[in-house]
Amino acid sequence: MNHNKTIGIVGCGTMGTGIAIVAARAGFKTRIYDLRAQPLENARKQAAAFLKKSVERGKLPEGEDVLIMSQFLTTTELKDFADCDLVIEAVFEDLKVKHSIFKQLNAVCHEKTIFASNTSTISITEIAGGSGRADRFVGMHFCLPAQLMKLVEMSPGMNTSEETFAQAWKLCEDLGQRPVRTRDTPGFILNYFLIPFHNDVINMVDQGVATPADIDLAVKTALGYPLGPLELLDMVGMDTQLLLCEAMHGLTHEPRAACPPLVKRMIGAGRLGRKSGQGFHTYDSNKIFGA
Amino acid sequence: MSYQIIQAAESRSFPETHAFFTQASKDGAGLVFIGHEAAAAFEESMDQIANAPFVAIELGNECLGVHIDQDAGPDNVLGFARFRLGDDAPTNLVELVRMPFTSEPALAAARACFEAAGLVVSVCGDFPGRILNRLIRPYYNAALRRLDEGLASANDMDLTLRLGLGYPDGPIALLNRTGLHHHFEVTQELYEQLGQEAYAPARRARNAWIKHNLENDDAAT
Repeated sequence: MNHNKTIGIVGCGTMGTGIAIVAARAGFKTRIYDLRAQPLENARKQAAAFLKKSVERGKLPEGEDVLIMSQFLTTTELKDFADCDLVIEAVFEDLKVKHSIFKQLNAVCHEKTIFASNTSTISITEIAGGSGRADRFVGMHFCLPAQLMKLVEMSPGMNTSEETFAQAWKLCEDLGQRPVRTRDTPGFILNYFLIPFHNDVINMVDQGVATPADIDLAVKTALGYPLGPLELLDMVGMDTQLLLCEAMHGLTHEPRAACPPLVKRMIGAGRLGRKSGQGFHTYDSNKIFGA
Repeated sequence: MSYQIIQAAESRSFPETHAFFTQASKDGAGLVFIGHEAAAAFEESMDQIANAPFVAIELGNECLGVHIDQDAGPDNVLGFARFRLGDDAPTNLVELVRMPFTSEPALAAARACFEAAGLVVSVCGDFPGRILNRLIRPYYNAALRRLDEGLASANDMDLTLRLGLGYPDGPIALLNRTGLHHHFEVTQELYEQLGQEAYAPARRARNAWIKHNLENDDAAT
């Protein structure tokens, strides 16, 4: 357990909530920040429900969920992150927004606090450049759903010190995750492949090649993937896919990274994915995935 | 629904005996043409086609529209392929190809026959690559190109995709296991049909294809 260390997470969306579960479950004092109280309350409820289910499924000892949640603090004040050992930013893919957050954090956090971004497309070096502590900045890209997936792509920026990277790597391992070192290139490894792959499958739906259900069934049956690509996209959300495409295509100009027209139509129709109850598939609830 | 199998040469979908064969009967109503000469056998059996509740032709990389009038039918003829990646055994998936005018009863009957033999059916339109090859070949080409560019090692790339997405195999290990030259063969054909750069075979696949042919030529002489 890691009760002496504190991890802060900025942003309580799907990724932020998942990372917070990972941190709290590993025994870290966990703080999760968002601008508004209601999303934070939703995140707390989702985390509690996920951990309760983990107990029910025998993955956690009886009562452990309550203990973990006692370390799970939600806040709308970044000053509560002052004594964090590591702060992981998990807000949407906008460089200006990320710079603004890190600038505020740099003013309140201890000088030894390591900053990390969960960005999946934006350059770590660029984000670090506006953080005020480029030498103590790393990329830590968790995978969706973070509470279930072990991989973390860890990237140093051009000015990240080796000492910082080693400390962040150790913290990542203490989280119970499996870090893989990647270069600071657009999409690192995972999203370099995944964003165009998802665009390809969205275009297949739009072209009428097959229904989402038939495509997901084919991929799971023939390739053994745990989720069909359209099921995974529904978890990612159409709004997030749009941002990912804009960030990735803006950097690489790779034609397959260009956002498919269907994404914008689905956003217009309110079919964002699991979060809105309907995407390529229809959902009864927006419970957090797995246990 | 009963069906009979008309086997015309070796089949990539069914290289060995399968329940789909044992459940067929000699005088079955549905007609299933199997083997890499299935299309030729279908063309020789046109007099039987109209009265069959469904007709299914095993496809290679070609579209169903190569074998029937792509605007007019007949409406009881479908294409199919059991998905198989290179030298791996065929999977349980059958991609069942329909046309816009395909009759629903014919589709339902064909689906029922495959499913009764324990196969899983995904229905798709008559597009190059159907579902899986259309989707995965650009991804495999990108992985091979990324490897060439030295942006990640084969192991790191495979590990990341396995751990990050829960895939059972990374793309490089998968292609090496199943035969990189097979990937060339499929993606080259899709590139010719679709004309999209993403399907252009990666250098490593092209090399594997040339090497495979040279070795086979050597073996033949």
